[in-house]
Amino acid sequence: MESTTPGRFGPFGGRFVAETLVPALDALERAYTEACADAEHEAERQRLLSYWVGRATPIFHAVRLSRAVGCDVWLKREDLCHTGAHKVNNTVGQVLLARRMGKPRVIAETGAGQHGVATASACALLGLRCDVYMGAEDVRRQAPNVQRMTLLGARVIPVESGSRTLKDAMNEALRDWVTNVEDTYYCVGSVAGPHPYPTIVRGFQRIIGDEARAQFLEANGVLPDAVAACVGGGSNAMGLFAAFLDDPGVELVGVEAAGHGLGSGQHAATLTAGRVGVLHGMRTYVLQDDDGQVVEAHSISAGLDYPAVGPEHAWLRDSGRARYVAIDDDDALEGFQLLARTEGILAALETSHVLAWLRTRGEEAPGSRVLVSLSGRGDKDLVTIGDALAAKAGGR
Amino acid sequence: MSRLTAALTQAGAAHRPALVAYLCAGDPHPDTTPDAIVALADAGADVIELGVPFSDPSADGPVLQRASERALARGTTLRRALDMVQAARIRTAVPIVLFGYYNPLHARGAARVAAEAREAGVDGLLTVDLPPEESATLRDPVVAAGLDWVPLVAPTSTDARIARAAEVATSFVYCISVAGVTGAGGADLARAAVRAQAVRERTGRPVALGFGIKTRDDVARVAPFVDAVVVGSAIVQAMHEGGIAAGAALVRSLRG
Ligand SMILES: Cc1ncc(COP(=O)(O)O)c(C=O)c1O
Repeated sequence: MESTTPGRFGPFGGRFVAETLVPALDALERAYTEACADAEHEAERQRLLSYWVGRATPIFHAVRLSRAVGCDVWLKREDLCHTGAHKVNNTVGQVLLARRMGKPRVIAETGAGQHGVATASACALLGLRCDVYMGAEDVRRQAPNVQRMTLLGARVIPVESGSRTLKDAMNEALRDWVTNVEDTYYCVGSVAGPHPYPTIVRGFQRIIGDEARAQFLEANGVLPDAVAACVGGGSNAMGLFAAFLDDPGVELVGVEAAGHGLGSGQHAATLTAGRVGVLHGMRTYVLQDDDGQVVEAHSISAGLDYPAVGPEHAWLRDSGRARYVAIDDDDALEGFQLLARTEGILAALETSHVLAWLRTRGEEAPGSRVLVSLSGRGDKDLVTIGDALAAKAGGR
Repeated sequence: MSRLTAALTQAGAAHRPALVAYLCAGDPHPDTTPDAIVALADAGADVIELGVPFSDPSADGPVLQRASERALARGTTLRRALDMVQAARIRTAVPIVLFGYYNPLHARGAARVAAEAREAGVDGLLTVDLPPEESATLRDPVVAAGLDWVPLVAPTSTDARIARAAEVATSFVYCISVAGVTGAGGADLARAAVRAQAVRERTGRPVALGFGIKTRDDVARVAPFVDAVVVGSAIVQAMHEGGIAAGAALVRSLRG
């Protein structure tokens, strides 16, 4: 049976793709549904999550950070996942799906390179070929991850078109998929893209929220007042939010990248400053001009540098269930330093946006309990951070 | 019968497929796009497919990507593309189909697009990323305005999806010769043509075949099986390298 308007989140989502891809999306949806119902397949996924990824990740009570920001902060330690970020929860699920569907080749787009590394690792583990599209600008600023992918046996293909970042990598991955759809599985890296990707990726990432909710309850006997995560495409946030959607007392907060500031026009705050449009197969908020041309996003963090956002976030925003705030590059850098010096953890620049927001939270709701998704570790960002701090010290 | 369907019927009466010539609005230059439309029509194009440039042409190969980038860099917008149609319309009766991605149309609003397209003298719309299940919002006002809606059928389309495409079509169905992006090489045109013929038989709709058709020989190979052939990247590349005259020369050679 072919679905009519599948995968809607309110008026968002859908399947705005070339006809060639629609049957492939139908096949993917069927395979996902079957895999979820297959106990043996699920057991294998759980085994890999436990023994290869290293789940469950702990939640950590960040006492010194809490004192510094004025609210009670608990960190869900996705930075401790194998490969260094939450992205691997999704790639384990999807690459298993690729193998189940008999696809010998996997492609992916990547921004920060975390999803690329996670895809390359899962493909090495399961013996599938892996090609990763990465904007040429990101290849430059996330060099350590390019080297990791190569060492893992993946081919990294730099994308020179458009803004040479994540959105262009996704365009190129779509072009590859439409050409090689018979033997290739497209492993999308966030809760974005055409249906069923937003649903599948949320399904594989909700382990973040499911674990964290139980862990928080066990430690505190109550639910947190708020849960917060950074939002690029929105997968770590959606994975966290998914477990709390039906807890009306828990505030859901997504933190976007304000880049050089919302007024500068150089930012990636899609839900804060974008308009409804259609990009990469989904109806959602998009950073675009009056003529419907997508504008280039900017963020110091490659993983948030995306001019659209997962459609479920668009719906959570419009329905009022979640709210979204924006943090600029400078504040994100401070958030990074704050966590490093109070808790001895180097966070990814993406994650650092949420950490910076905690100061605001501490002022707005002093003492409130906040559960934060610490989505990844910062090793990949050391050069960017060093350069940015040097530029600041130089009085720029 | 719409002007678009009539063009296919007329070519059919002459025992040849209609030639659909693609160009990107604003490339080589926005000022000369009306001239280009007229020149291609005068050279023998039966239908003009006018691409509306988009920042993220994810179904296009390098040639049409670059054309889109050049056109945008020169300030082409949907509204300016409609102005180009209007300017050409005074000089030619050739049917013109707008071809593009949904977001620029979405940004302008479906009802407004339908009204303005009709006003400008557009004959139909083809939107790459609007498969039948997503197309009603734009298709309904467009068809109500008396314009044609052209759906795509791919090599991967199931029988049920082909039937669905035929339902939303008001004139021809556009069959893609190969799973891939525009300008793709290596299409098995003989097989694609037979597949397109099967679509025509199953749906009772005229069919156009496009993607990877570049030369007079390519056209000849598929001619017995289809109602129209679409040539895009080859014309765009010719005009990029040799101006409008080169595009017109290619169209003449494609007509034989
Ligand atoms: C550590 C980290 N956090 C967050 C993101 C943003 O992705 P998402 O919004 O899908 O969680 C990325 C993307 O690369 C990342 O590497």
